[in-house]
Amino acid sequence: MTHTAPVRDWATDFDVMDPDYLRDPFSIWDQLRQTCPIPHTDRRKSTWMPLRYEDVTAIAHDVEHFSSLKVAVIPGDEDADPAELEGPNLEYGLPPISSDPPLHTWTRRLLLPWFSHKRVESYMPMTRQLCRRLLDGFADSGRADAAADYAQQIPVRVIAHILGVSPDLSDTFTGWVRDVLEFADDAERRQHGAEGLLHYFLGELEQRRSDPGDDLLSALLTAEVDGQRVDDGIVLGMAALVLIAGVDTTWSAIGSSLWHLATHPEDRKRLVAEPELMPTALEELLRAYAPVTMAREVTGDIVYAGCPMKTGDKVLMNFPAANRDPQAFEHPEEVQLDRAHNRHVAFGSGIHRCAGSNLARMELQVALEEWLARIPDFSLAQGEEITWAGGQVRGPRILPVVFG
Amino acid sequence: MKLRVDPDKCQGHARCYGLAPEIFDVDDYGLASVIVDEVPSELEEKARLAVANCPEYAIEIVSE
Repeated sequence: MTHTAPVRDWATDFDVMDPDYLRDPFSIWDQLRQTCPIPHTDRRKSTWMPLRYEDVTAIAHDVEHFSSLKVAVIPGDEDADPAELEGPNLEYGLPPISSDPPLHTWTRRLLLPWFSHKRVESYMPMTRQLCRRLLDGFADSGRADAAADYAQQIPVRVIAHILGVSPDLSDTFTGWVRDVLEFADDAERRQHGAEGLLHYFLGELEQRRSDPGDDLLSALLTAEVDGQRVDDGIVLGMAALVLIAGVDTTWSAIGSSLWHLATHPEDRKRLVAEPELMPTALEELLRAYAPVTMAREVTGDIVYAGCPMKTGDKVLMNFPAANRDPQAFEHPEEVQLDRAHNRHVAFGSGIHRCAGSNLARMELQVALEEWLARIPDFSLAQGEEITWAGGQVRGPRILPVVFG
Repeated sequence: MKLRVDPDKCQGHARCYGLAPEIFDVDDYGLASVIVDEVPSELEEKARLAVANCPEYAIEIVSE
């Protein structure tokens, strides 16, 4: 865990890795929205953080002034010359997430069919089986770490299946992804994760060049765009992206939802009694506990809503804060499982809408359905510590619960 | 009631399909479309729900 200096003033010196912020960002957003809805910090790098729904969605749609070439919340070594970094060179980043049109447009079209509604439905039976197997492991013991024993185990295995890589390496994949996202402030861990991941995919891609299968990695290798094969560096970036974006995002959404149900027995009982609420309940849990913040880079000096943004400044697209804006949602602090008006942006807004949103939604649905079917009554284990990760992705990492 | 999805605004969130699959379909690239000419009266409430949940304001009620 990286320790940061105490925050003097949230309007001019915010820190998304501050321990108070990790535990409860909501009250900090609520205060700032009243006094300074686009706070700034010079920690790590000159960075702005819009908190209103209106600003977050407007900036997400303005791809001309706000580029996606650098989307990391924690800058790490993104400003370094790629040629000077050790390890495999990702000169195109992780397209389509860290790209602008036109590269964004065609790389995204290659990925989308793998995460379409119909395709995602075909992954549902294996996801359900997986959840049941995990529950078999602890349902009789009366206690579990709902984050580590359950939520964390689900998306990584589904993504491994889609990519066509071994689910036996799930813990290793999870470790690499946590290194590059959750522990990005620690240069050594960040590099360890990135190298592990890239070297692994280089090997897997090499193997499929001579012997392609029917998995996503093989499809990227054999894809043709305008009659040409896709550049090796782009294929590597896309492969790494699918793993990085598909693991702790959804795991965090599942974990936060279970935390909510463990701490709000009235909602838990209602969802068990009225399973037909699931479609709106899922969206409401996604709204209230949206895990993901993505960054943009200012492409040229611009004054936005009175803020003098400079070329190269970072802008944190705080989708979770937008989802709690009282101008956009009635009583945003309340979880209403039947909320009818809910234009939440948990999966972003505009052309970078999460390409895996159908998959994430299905995994969350199945994970909650299966948990509630087996363990309808559960609560936090009294006196045991819960830990939350934050920054790029917010969600519980240790979540001890008891039942039965 | 008649509905229309603006293809320039739709970004493939698929919220409409999730809430009202009787009224909308979504293609492999995420683009939503209205699959009924006229929304049956018993589905009008669902149609309004879909309109009120689109993060891109892409669904229009063309006629009531």
